[in-house]
Amino acid sequence: MSATSSTSATDGLISRADVCAVAVADCFRGDGEILANPIGIIPMIGGRLARATWEPDLMMTDGEAALIANDEAIPAIGDRRYETYNPYRRMFDIVWSGRRHVMMGATQVDRYGNQNIAGIGGTPDRPRTQLLGFRGAPGNTIHNTTSYWVPAQSTKVFVDVVDIVTGIGYKRAGHIDPVSAAHHEIRRVVSNLGVFDFETHDHRMRLRSVHPGVTVDEVVAATGFDLVLPEDVPTSRPPTPDELRLLDEVIDPQATRKREVPDPA
Amino acid sequence: MSAIDADQYPARKDKRLDEDDVVARLGSGMTIGIGGWGSRRKPMSIVRAILRSDLTDLHLVTYGGPEVGMLCAAGKVAHLTFAFVAPDNSSSAVLLEPHFRAARQSGAITCTELDEGMLGLGLQAAAWRVPFLPTRVGLGSDLNLVNPGLETVRSPYPGPDGGPGELLIAQPAIHLDAAICHLNVGDERGNAAFTGPDLYYDDLFLEAAAKRFVSVERIVPTGALVEAAGDITRLRINRLFVDGIVEAPNGAHPTACEPDYDRDVPFQKEYLGTAKDPELWAAFRSDWLSYPSEAEYQAALAARPSEGNA
Repeated sequence: MSATSSTSATDGLISRADVCAVAVADCFRGDGEILANPIGIIPMIGGRLARATWEPDLMMTDGEAALIANDEAIPAIGDRRYETYNPYRRMFDIVWSGRRHVMMGATQVDRYGNQNIAGIGGTPDRPRTQLLGFRGAPGNTIHNTTSYWVPAQSTKVFVDVVDIVTGIGYKRAGHIDPVSAAHHEIRRVVSNLGVFDFETHDHRMRLRSVHPGVTVDEVVAATGFDLVLPEDVPTSRPPTPDELRLLDEVIDPQATRKREVPDPA
Repeated sequence: MSAIDADQYPARKDKRLDEDDVVARLGSGMTIGIGGWGSRRKPMSIVRAILRSDLTDLHLVTYGGPEVGMLCAAGKVAHLTFAFVAPDNSSSAVLLEPHFRAARQSGAITCTELDEGMLGLGLQAAAWRVPFLPTRVGLGSDLNLVNPGLETVRSPYPGPDGGPGELLIAQPAIHLDAAICHLNVGDERGNAAFTGPDLYYDDLFLEAAAKRFVSVERIVPTGALVEAAGDITRLRINRLFVDGIVEAPNGAHPTACEPDYDRDVPFQKEYLGTAKDPELWAAFRSDWLSYPSEAEYQAALAARPSEGNA
């Protein structure tokens, strides 16, 4: 193992951040030749891992205005192997074509997968806490597959009802013309505690797996609504030896992922 | 000896202006589009001229960066049409714009919120002189709560199953009274080029506006534009859509203007920190945003100790 691998009390050499990266990578399984657009530190690392292994035809951004072939999460500009030019305008062409799976952050996410990144409290006109704005969330969620990354799950993030819907979840999508919502899919939510999906009869959020060392009770305590809990909750899978080598030596040799999600004390 | 006797014919337009000339052509209450994206290639030298002017009650339309916060903090803004305001969208260092947040949370400004792509559609509709463009963007979301004028339109064509046409959002044209953009290089006639990674929506901001102003890092003769830009495909702003051009070296400061210079992170951090306390903002405005001319601002920047941006 490389020297950058840290130990955790729960699982030998596998860190929580490694499990998160693998859980992100698994979100893109089966996506084929689309734009995988995970936004954030661990999302980008997980997406690169999927492409470096079992989803080789994914296209991915450099975080700026190009799609690049590199396996490194954030290669230096001079090292980038460009596949195509992809300025913001071109990105919307891809989004609206449906050939994309985005992983966004969420200040709030609720049981049906509605997301809020615009504002908390107050009124829509005058939020108590102004956040970023709607950004591309309405267009992303109606046009292409969406997953969410939550690096610090709590009842403030996993809320009963989001204060304002920026990214649309299943209940909202269910009220739209099926032709319009044909590409709507909220595939997963990956947090520092576990993995969640909406593969239930009414598309309510389900606990798909807990990360090694996390109990179901901890996840429930960090969730502000009733999660669908399977009888036996699986444990999130650890990286394979080759995946761990790729993470440590190729994709994220600086171990930035472990700063975003440190191992529990 | 020239083959054409130029004295016999009308002179070509020379559209060179300075920042104060641009502001003299703007008016209070105008809807002004600002090019760039987040903290990238913002026409800050013209924004500084607005800040030291009497203009007020402005409606800004932009992919917002620090110009939004500065103009809000200075009380210049009545209304903002936006999809985001982000001082630095390339890292997680500073995600939110505190002066903009204060203005929104206090009710000092009203807003029309949009998805990023819808803002582009609104500019495109205005540029094409059509009343709206249809889109699925916004369906099912709460955009109607923060954009109450947003209407839907039913497609006149049958759906794929032969049933009723699809119900779509009708993004209205966003007509601008004026647009201001900053590019890397231009000529005195108003042609301009970007040499960095992305044009963003600068061309559409200009095409959607009644009065159109561009600042550039440097003005070169028309015949030298391709060489200065590196490639003809970078000559993306043409003089049909430009009424005035300002030579403004370092004019996007403190935002990035790649490849000429990156964002001035320490300066921007100092600015962002002034939202904590009205006295800090007043001091910053007095120290940095009150020079009588852009030249004096640039001279003061250049005279800083060397830890700042070159």
